[in-house]
Amino acid sequence: MMAAANSTPSQSITGRLGGAAAEPRWVQVLIVMTALLFLASFLFIPLAAVFAEAFRKGMEAYLASFQDGAAVSAIRLTLIVAGIAVPLNLVFGVVASWCLAKFQFPGRSVLITLIDLPFAVSPVISGLVYVLLFGLQGWLGPWLAAHDIEVIFAVPGIVLATLFVTFPFVARELIPLMQEQGTEDEQAAITLGATGLQAFLRVTLPNVKWALLYGVILCNARAMGEFGAVSVVSGHIRGQTNTLPLHVEILYNEYNFVAAFAVASLLTLLAMVTLVLKTIVERRAGLERAATAETTPRGKTRN
Amino acid sequence: MLHAWKPRGVLPGFGITFGYTVMYLSLIVLIPLAALFTKSAAIGWAGFWETVTAPRVIASYKLTFGAALAAALINSFFGFLTAWALVRYRFPGKRVVDAMVDLPFALPTAVSGIALTTIYAQNGWIGKHLAALGIKAAYSPLGVCIALTFIGLPFVVRTLQPALADIDKELEEASASLGASRWKTIRRVILPPLVPPLLTGFALAFARAIGEYGSVVFISGNMPMRTEITSLLIIAKLEQYDVAGATAIAAVMLVISFFLLLVINLLQWWSVRQYQGGHA
Repeated sequence: MMAAANSTPSQSITGRLGGAAAEPRWVQVLIVMTALLFLASFLFIPLAAVFAEAFRKGMEAYLASFQDGAAVSAIRLTLIVAGIAVPLNLVFGVVASWCLAKFQFPGRSVLITLIDLPFAVSPVISGLVYVLLFGLQGWLGPWLAAHDIEVIFAVPGIVLATLFVTFPFVARELIPLMQEQGTEDEQAAITLGATGLQAFLRVTLPNVKWALLYGVILCNARAMGEFGAVSVVSGHIRGQTNTLPLHVEILYNEYNFVAAFAVASLLTLLAMVTLVLKTIVERRAGLERAATAETTPRGKTRN
Repeated sequence: MLHAWKPRGVLPGFGITFGYTVMYLSLIVLIPLAALFTKSAAIGWAGFWETVTAPRVIASYKLTFGAALAAALINSFFGFLTAWALVRYRFPGKRVVDAMVDLPFALPTAVSGIALTTIYAQNGWIGKHLAALGIKAAYSPLGVCIALTFIGLPFVVRTLQPALADIDKELEEASASLGASRWKTIRRVILPPLVPPLLTGFALAFARAIGEYGSVVFISGNMPMRTEITSLLIIAKLEQYDVAGATAIAAVMLVISFFLLLVINLLQWWSVRQYQGGHA
C-alpha cells in the first residue's frame, strides 16, 4: 500500500482532475496571505524591530554597547555556562540513548518520559528547585554556607539551572533514531570482534551524526538564551552573575534601549545561525534517509 | 518491531549506561523536583491552601490560564492555515518562512519580550495603529496574550505539517471524482485525521504558555491583580524572601504541568494509533 503510493506519481492524477482536488486560486492566495500576515506580526516585524532599535543611534552607539565591561563579562559568562552545560548533556544524551534505544527492559518507557520532564517544567520553577536545594533555607544551604561554598547567586547555580532546562535536547533527538536503526549492525560488528566502544564509534555514531548535531545545536541555543531559570538563581550581580539575556533585561529596565537591543541583536544572530544550521542538518539527514531508503529494502517500512 | 530485539546481553554496556542515566537524571532532575514537593509538604495544609488561594494568586491564575487558552486558540487557527499553506501551496520565500516558524524556539525569551513590547507599545510599529482603534496592546492582558501567542506559534504548525503531508492524495482525488465538492472533501476526508495532531499542538502550545516567563514580563506591565502572571508572582515571592509562598504556588503549577504532560502523551498515542490504523 505504502510502496504503491510512493511509486505512483500523484501529479498526473491531480492534473487530470484539475481544480476538483484543489482549492480555487483566490482561496489559495487568501490562505497564504493570512498566514503571512500572522507570521509577519508575530515573527518578522519583532525580528526587524530588534535590529532597527539596535542601530537607531548609528553604528558607533551600537558598537559602544559591547565595550562596556559588564557586557564583556556577560558574554564571557554565557560562553562558560554553555561550555559546561552542553558537553555534560551531550555525554548524557549519548549514554542514555545507548541504554534506552538498544536494550529492552521493564520501566524503559517511564525512564524516557522522565528524561523529557524538564520540558514540561516552567523555567521559573526550574530555577526555584535549585534554590530549594542549595539556597540558605534549602536542604544543603546551611552546610554549603558553613563551608563557604556559593551555589545560588553564583556561577554553579547558573550552570545547574541551565543543565536542567537543556537536559532532554540531545537524548530526545537520538533515542527514536537509534531505536529505529535496531541493533543488527552493532551485533554484526561485535561478532566480528569489535569492542562495544568501537561498535558505537564506527557503526552507531555515523548513523546518528546529524541527529546528534541537531540536538547539540538546540541545546546550545537554549543554554545561551535561557532567561527565566537563570534569572531565579543568578542574583543579578553585574559583572559577576549576569548572562547575556539577564544583561539585556537590566539594560532595558534602565531605559538604555540601544544597548539592550544591541546585546539582544547578538542573541538574535545566534538564533538565526541556529535556524540555518538546523535547516542544513535536516536537509542532510533527509537526503541520507532517502538514499538509504532507496538502497535497502528495510527503508521502505520506515516513515 | 519486537522481533528485531535480540535477547539482552549481546550488546555490551547496558549496566554502565543504565547506571549513569539513572544517576544523572536523579541528580539534575528528580532530586531537585522532589525537593519542591517535600518543601511544599512541610508548609502544612492550612498555610498551603491559604497561600495558593489568595486573591492576588487567583487573579494570576485567571490571567495565565485565560491568556494561554486564548493564545493556544489563536495558534490553532493561524497555525492550521500556516501549516496548510506550507505543505500544499507554492509561494515565493516559502523555505525561509518554513525555517522561520521555529524562531520562537531559537530566540531567547528575553529578546522576544523586549522586541514584542517595542512594536506593540502605544508608539510602536503595530501598537500605534491599535492605539488609534482604542486598543491598548502592551501593558494589558492583551499584551500577555500576544507574548504567549508568539511562544506557542511553532507547536501547532510543527505537529500539523507531517500529518498534512501524510494525507493520501488518492483519497482526496477519489472523493473528488465521486462528486464531492472541494469543501466536502476537506471536511470529510482531510480534516478528520488532522484532529489528533491539532489537539496535540494546541495542548503543547497551552502547556508551554502557562509556564512562560521571559517573553511576558516585559510586555505585561506586571500590575498585581491585573497583568501579573503566575510565574512572575513566584519570582516576586522569592524576592520578598517568601520561599514557602513561592514553593506552594510552584507546586500547584507543577502538578498542572504534569497533568498536561499526561494529556499530551495520551493525545500523541491517539495520533499514532489513528495513523497506524489508517494504513493497516
